[in-house]
Amino acid sequence: MKLHFPNSAFLGNIDSFLRSIETQDGQTLEVTFNKHWMSLHPVVLCMAYSLAIQAKQQHGKIHSEPLEAVSKHYLERMGLLQALSMETRHIQAHESSGRFIPLTQIYDSDQLGNFITEMIPLLHTPSNQADPIKYVVSELVRNVFEHADSPIGGVVCAQFFKKSNRVSIGVVDRGNGILKSIQRSHLVDTDTEAIRLALTPGVTGLTSNVGGTESNAGAGLFFIKSIAKINRDFFLLYSGSTMYKLLKTPQTKPAKLFSSPLDDKHSFVEQLPYWKGTVVGIDLSLERTQSFDSLLDLIRGVYRLDIKEKGKEKFKQARFI
Amino acid sequence: MKHAIKVFPRTGKFAENKDAAREIRLNDILPALEEGKEVILDFQGVDSTTQSFIHALISDVIRNKGIQILDHIFFKNCNTVVQKIIKIVVDYMQDVT
Repeated sequence: MKLHFPNSAFLGNIDSFLRSIETQDGQTLEVTFNKHWMSLHPVVLCMAYSLAIQAKQQHGKIHSEPLEAVSKHYLERMGLLQALSMETRHIQAHESSGRFIPLTQIYDSDQLGNFITEMIPLLHTPSNQADPIKYVVSELVRNVFEHADSPIGGVVCAQFFKKSNRVSIGVVDRGNGILKSIQRSHLVDTDTEAIRLALTPGVTGLTSNVGGTESNAGAGLFFIKSIAKINRDFFLLYSGSTMYKLLKTPQTKPAKLFSSPLDDKHSFVEQLPYWKGTVVGIDLSLERTQSFDSLLDLIRGVYRLDIKEKGKEKFKQARFI
Repeated sequence: MKHAIKVFPRTGKFAENKDAAREIRLNDILPALEEGKEVILDFQGVDSTTQSFIHALISDVIRNKGIQILDHIFFKNCNTVVQKIIKIVVDYMQDVT
């Protein structure tokens, strides 16, 4: 496995970073860095952390070149250098409140509950801005527990970017991936089609029935994409060899919700290096954050309409010949 | 006869733990309904929740007992967010049952 940290990798320009990673040979991880500076989305750190844990779990080796860039302290405080077995030194930590949530591995429900409780004070956001953040982290990590069977659990981290007044979140696993998960109940054979279904409300890998199972409605990713859409932010979903990216909705256009991810302004990139598991990245612009309850009104409208349509598809009519 | 169930002590301020939802459903809601009682789900102290939590709490009750069971379930002390998420789940469960 090989990973090069470029000087910039955010959701808007992450494509070249994804194309550059090598994920074969799970036992050896080689890491190189931009020499000068790096500004990275948390999802990139989560991916690197996940590969490092995997290499360690398989008793493999991690080779990291010496890090010269000024971003060294940042990567250290996020917990990445330790995961890469790189030498760290005790730096004078700045007050962390309002800045970041370091890389955290979450294996179970109790850990998730504690993580969410501790996370919000660190981000120093008022309740109306904290609600969607809590929501996103809870639903994404629970997806890992319920669908992924990931040997490393879920890896999460988040960062508040003061200049753009946004919180960026990454959640990554090394489990089954979306195609395998959706294939349990649906006839699909490509990552692209599986991702499309996973983002469609009412579709879950646990059943082909509309309305889901007792524990899962197949709504989680649709809700999260909707939160990003209404706030005109990026949302990224990468699994297997395919990435779906919800692109920003310009301020000049209405931010409408659609049940099909194909109706949103988006890009699909196929034939990427194979990622075993699922990668999710999202940005939440705090200054544009629409009140969570008004967002729920919009979701309710779209969700209900879509379920009704699906119900019609399944409704049987007598056929007269 | 009414059976009140306080959600907050089982979930905290952010009701997102689906295991807790399942326990409330299996150990509290369903037995009370089986005994012919009305159920009051009291969300006092709960600031927010997720669709997944509410789905795990009530969808199977609606699916198995029919939508009329909502005449026997009351949601108390819900703030706007909690109310709206409950409405979303009740909506789509009506459409699929």
